[in-house]
Amino acid sequence: MLDEIVKEFLVESYENLDQLDRDLMALEETPDDRSRLSSIFRTIHTIKGTSGFLAFPTLEHVTHVGENLLVKLRDGELRLTADITSGLLSMVDAVRAILGHIEAVGTEGDASYEQLISVLDDLRNGKTPARPELKANQPTEIPVEEVVKALESTSSSGNGGETSSGKKPGKKSTGAKTPKKVTAKDKSAAAKVKEPADAVAASSDNSSPNEQREEADEEPKVTRAVVSSNNRNSNESGQGESTGGNASVSDSSVRIDVHLLDKLMNLVGELVLARNQILQFSQGTDDAGMTAASQRLNLITTELQEGVMKTRMQPIRNAWSKLPRVVRDLSISCGKQVQVQMEGAETELDKTILEAIKDPLTHIVRNSVDHGIEPPHVRASAGKPVEGTLWLRAYHEGGQVIIEISDDGGGINVDRVRNKAVEKGLVTLDQATSMSDREATQLILLPGFSTAEKVTNVSGRGVGMDVVKTNVEKIGGTLDIHSSMGQGTTLRIKIPLTLAIVPALVVTCSGDRYCIPQVSLLELVRLEAERARRDIELMHSVPVYRLRGQLLPLVYLDEELNLRPRRTHDERRAADIVNMVVLQAEDRQFGLVVDQINDTQEIVVKPLGQHIKGITVYAGSTIMGDGTVSLILDVMGIAQQAHVLSEHAGRQFLDGNAGKNEQSRIGDSWLIVDPKDGTRAAIQLSTVSRLEEIRLDAIEKTGRSQVVQYRGQIMPLVSISEFGQVEPDESGSISLVVYNNGQRNVGVVVGRIVDIVNQSDEGVGQQSEETRIIAGRVTRIVDLDILARNA
Amino acid sequence: MAAQSSYCTFRVGPLYLGVEVHRVQEVIRAQRMTRIPGASDVVRGLMNLRGQIVTALDLRRRLNLATQESTDKLMNVVIRTSDGPVSLLVNEIGDVLVVDNDQFEPPPETLQGIPRELICGSFKLDGRLLLVLNLDSAMKLAS
Repeated sequence: MLDEIVKEFLVESYENLDQLDRDLMALEETPDDRSRLSSIFRTIHTIKGTSGFLAFPTLEHVTHVGENLLVKLRDGELRLTADITSGLLSMVDAVRAILGHIEAVGTEGDASYEQLISVLDDLRNGKTPARPELKANQPTEIPVEEVVKALESTSSSGNGGETSSGKKPGKKSTGAKTPKKVTAKDKSAAAKVKEPADAVAASSDNSSPNEQREEADEEPKVTRAVVSSNNRNSNESGQGESTGGNASVSDSSVRIDVHLLDKLMNLVGELVLARNQILQFSQGTDDAGMTAASQRLNLITTELQEGVMKTRMQPIRNAWSKLPRVVRDLSISCGKQVQVQMEGAETELDKTILEAIKDPLTHIVRNSVDHGIEPPHVRASAGKPVEGTLWLRAYHEGGQVIIEISDDGGGINVDRVRNKAVEKGLVTLDQATSMSDREATQLILLPGFSTAEKVTNVSGRGVGMDVVKTNVEKIGGTLDIHSSMGQGTTLRIKIPLTLAIVPALVVTCSGDRYCIPQVSLLELVRLEAERARRDIELMHSVPVYRLRGQLLPLVYLDEELNLRPRRTHDERRAADIVNMVVLQAEDRQFGLVVDQINDTQEIVVKPLGQHIKGITVYAGSTIMGDGTVSLILDVMGIAQQAHVLSEHAGRQFLDGNAGKNEQSRIGDSWLIVDPKDGTRAAIQLSTVSRLEEIRLDAIEKTGRSQVVQYRGQIMPLVSISEFGQVEPDESGSISLVVYNNGQRNVGVVVGRIVDIVNQSDEGVGQQSEETRIIAGRVTRIVDLDILARNA
Repeated sequence: MAAQSSYCTFRVGPLYLGVEVHRVQEVIRAQRMTRIPGASDVVRGLMNLRGQIVTALDLRRRLNLATQESTDKLMNVVIRTSDGPVSLLVNEIGDVLVVDNDQFEPPPETLQGIPRELICGSFKLDGRLLLVLNLDSAMKLAS
């Protein structure tokens, strides 16, 4: 067995040698091409260095001599002649031969390259070696017996035809028996064997080893079989059992046209569909044989699918590799110092996705260098290292790939973003001020934001960020920005591993089936009978459900799809069964209410035709087991349409639908309560953790204060009323606003909950700290925190 | 002998229409449709054509014709496009007609509005007119 390191060396060197052949050829055309000479020099130098390190003295020696010759060429002391080219090509062949030997048996073999070395030395000293010498020299180099021995050991396992079967026997013109047998037995091998012999004779045109290698690759099986049978005959076994699956290193990988892979992927997709159909049929039969066969088909298809998927996987390094260069060029032109750090470059992604994120990545990286990282003097005065750092990170998380691009630059100036967004008319002043910083940061992703150059300069970012976002979303990904002033910015891209086949949840809504990709799926909730009626609550007009204490906004799929008018309050509460799919859209969760939850299935995503592409709530379509077509829901699209995502509010403003979104911005929402003392009070909704109703008889006393048992704890009650009374309403229950100050819950008895209104500071009449006019009435503003301190 | 063309003919409401036969991939009977909530009402749905998902457009709605006939038994005229096949739903399939090109005449000025965009002209056949559908405009929906 070869060491990993030697294997790597071999693969790399073979690649380099191929390049070297081409370079030398090209060099003959343009002998003064310094860069090419340098590249050749580097290649040989690398091989020399590595072979010295791996203790291959012969190889080191040969390359060393070649290198000496190349130095002279590079430094212009010698000019490339046909002789020198030939000499160098011979050296390349020699290197290749030694490498082949190393690959086959693990040692360099004891062939001597004295003659080649002296030829190269002569060339270096400006002498012209006699051509015949070179020719005579060349063929004797490879000891066929060694190769044969090596073959013996590897032939059974599929040694490649390249190194051993075609070329070397061919070069051996000094009377080896084996190659002759080969020629006698196999025509195709014979052709190959002949060719190199000619090529060596011609000597000045040594591109043939290359061609010949390719040829040999085409039919390695035939050649190999013949050679190995010969070996057996000659009874030269010895190391027979030593190696198992040691295919020629450079042959163990194959280049495949991506289109072929795409086609395979499509076919596998079709197969998955057919499999789904067969599984569905087999469930309907009692035929044990059929069931067994379909189960087997199921397994094989799954494995095949995984295998084909794997062929399309590529490390993200491929997309990253050009970024350091981009950063370098850009930072030089901006007069900045930036280093790039990469983590997780091995993380694998589907080829198509990789292609799709290349441009967005470049864009983001450019932005980071251009606008994110400050010039050295700014950094120095901010106490940061002069050299900025750009991190590229990639990792897998929950079936998705996360790519982070972060810098330690100046971050995004949120206030400037706000101002600019207002200036550009993307949001109103009102909206801008009420936005959280996080939301404001996302403003740079708005389409209109990017156009003016000035915006970019002051805000720090934004050239075409909307395009980046669109591109990422196109492949089913999401884009998220986190930035802190002075600390830096992180862009996080989440993308699915693959696009073509995804596990999905099948649901029914108004008689049609829809698929929901499982990546966004968190859990399923089913409410029956009494619970269905009771647990769907209304926050003003918006239905919510308490999921483990958190209010989960509910979105009714049939309403979103306009299959029926919005339900009235009573209608929502009249449902006997509520099936809820809890979904994740960016960092928000929401419950999608559907008629029925069917099952999960692997589905093949097919793109939507031009007529329906524009509908954001669909991500694609697929064919179900029974042959019908189903639409795949786009969770992000639904979340946006239903205003679950508040950053989408920014987009909606553009359409002038500002009013619709107010519910989603809790910042200036007020909970209006009636303390039953003739006044009105308002509580900032964002401070409310829960709304509860308790029975009067649940109230207990400890000393002078009233308490209730709440979630296994004792929760003190305070009243919002100035008279401190706790009075039940007609039905005997008491409305509580639960406030949590971070340590404990306090129940605030509010009398009656009237409404939730949205009102921002603007347009409010005379106001003081304590009272405002809200919804046309003078309303006392209650700070729960102060109240709670009295409890 | 005047040049001739072949047209695949069909009936949509009261109209006798034709499209050049080479644009037609196939003609199939009514298929199971999956409706697409939120799409234009011209888009009747998606159907499974031997593993390929095909969008079906209702030509009667596209042509602004009253839709009184049953919508169940609409035939599909599947048209090849660069974006994959698209199906046009029609009431009835006619023959493939070979017509003389010199019988063609563009529509009169009095034909206005959507029909003008969608109808290139007509062939004057014995006793009736074969209207030539402008496929590309017919399949282009205002977004």
